[in-house]
Amino acid sequence: MDHVDSLFRHESGRIVAVLTRIFGVHNLALAEDVVQDAFCHALEVWPFRGMPDNPSAWLMATAKNRAIDVLRRERTARTFAPELGRFFDSEWTLVPTVEQQFAPHTIKDDLLRMMFSCCHPRLKEEAQVALMLNILCGFSVREVAGAFVASHAAIEKRIGRAKQVLARSQRLFDLTNAKELDARLPAVHRAIYLLFNEGYHGASDESPVRAELCGEAMRLCALLREHPQAATPASFALSALLCLHAARLPARLDEKGDLQTLFDQDRAQWDHGLVAEGQHLLEQAATGSELTEFHVEAAIAWVHATARCTEETNWKAIVSLYDQLMAIRPSPVVALNRAIAVAQRDGPEHGLAEIRQIADRDRLAAYPFYEAAQGELELRCGHHHSAREHFQTALTLARNPSERRFFEQRVSECGNGGASIKR
Amino acid sequence: MSEYVFLYRGSERPTSPQDAQQIMQKWMNWMKELSEKGHMKDRGQPLEPIGKVVGRNKTVTDGPFAEVKDVVGGYTLIEARDLDEAAELSKGCPVFERNGFVEVRPVMKF
Repeated sequence: MDHVDSLFRHESGRIVAVLTRIFGVHNLALAEDVVQDAFCHALEVWPFRGMPDNPSAWLMATAKNRAIDVLRRERTARTFAPELGRFFDSEWTLVPTVEQQFAPHTIKDDLLRMMFSCCHPRLKEEAQVALMLNILCGFSVREVAGAFVASHAAIEKRIGRAKQVLARSQRLFDLTNAKELDARLPAVHRAIYLLFNEGYHGASDESPVRAELCGEAMRLCALLREHPQAATPASFALSALLCLHAARLPARLDEKGDLQTLFDQDRAQWDHGLVAEGQHLLEQAATGSELTEFHVEAAIAWVHATARCTEETNWKAIVSLYDQLMAIRPSPVVALNRAIAVAQRDGPEHGLAEIRQIADRDRLAAYPFYEAAQGELELRCGHHHSAREHFQTALTLARNPSERRFFEQRVSECGNGGASIKR
Repeated sequence: MSEYVFLYRGSERPTSPQDAQQIMQKWMNWMKELSEKGHMKDRGQPLEPIGKVVGRNKTVTDGPFAEVKDVVGGYTLIEARDLDEAAELSKGCPVFERNGFVEVRPVMKF
């Protein structure tokens, strides 16, 4: 994607990550102030002198100089990073120490370190995701609130509390501790996965924001693949999954902005470059003995991505992949998706039977696509009345305008005898 | 055509990285538009917000020279038909969206 559009957001994440390493995680707010100062300076200078040849390097150098000023000015009043603090007491070591922390090869690790730090076990998953968006991706509270369709106050509180937990944790995550890295990696994977899903299925109707969230999740996941110890088969599988899903993004909404299901999407619009990349990543994920939910989900996405149309999709393979997924990470949503695949393989009445057998299907009560799936299958069985009822329930549960329009359309199709439904 | 100086005064800080991005984009677009329409004589320079004032009796004091919030942040030299057109051109400046303002001054001819 065009990096100029997200230059300031991405640089914000990079600079905060470096500065918290220097200032210490307890001085997170100070690091954020320095970033803001650097941005202000860019706004003062660039309009007159033009964009520098390397804007990232310019911002980084500006932040570095401000950081040195701050260290000089406040070294008696504040304590900085415990492992570096003693180097800031003397002018002889202050500048070289800061220079060293700003070396390009260390910055990549700083981002990763911050990502692991954000996934602190004392934070709930949604707080981890909000924190990553705010600190690493440079989204403001307002923008995070927009992405989650939550109130500004609620997100402000969530991020504020999460930052307190982070600041009190004393130290940033230690990437050299192999045991701890392995232990926290699954939480990092979950957070990236949630971040992507928020963009992909999320309740926000602002499509640009949503596509950006998907892009951010992919960017963060790529960072994992570049670190020798974080580049596990699961990290590759997650990256593959994100690529294969992102490949379908261009076709999710039609030209009117209406939601298109996998069945209706114009597959020519899929991003075939991303499909190829996803396939390559999936091959790289196929090492070692560990089979994660990401492997299975990526495999499902791959089957879809490589089928020319719904009829030519290998539904048998998809059902058996869902069986595997139910064994690894059972959930009512997975069971529902499995039931839909069964309907494609064996016919709608079999799908409906599967849905009725979902163990904890009461947990799907607020999920609009639970009702919608039943509506679709009832309709295919020719039960228009029942289908209509399901779509009407789905309509009351719709989470955004495009879902609402989608269910309204379905309700009206049931009314005219379902003539336009053929699957 | 005559020459005019735009003095940019006051401007609020960006509230987020995205906000900074948008302000920057607007500045770049506006400057580009002035150039493309043949009004840009010199992009000018940004000015530090600090300085010294040397008073009438030659006593030297540190700034400010105006209210801190209204201090000149930079200048640009432009060409326009007359003062009215110059003032009209200044209205596209992004500084207005940040609670700032522009002082438009003709360069004296003779």
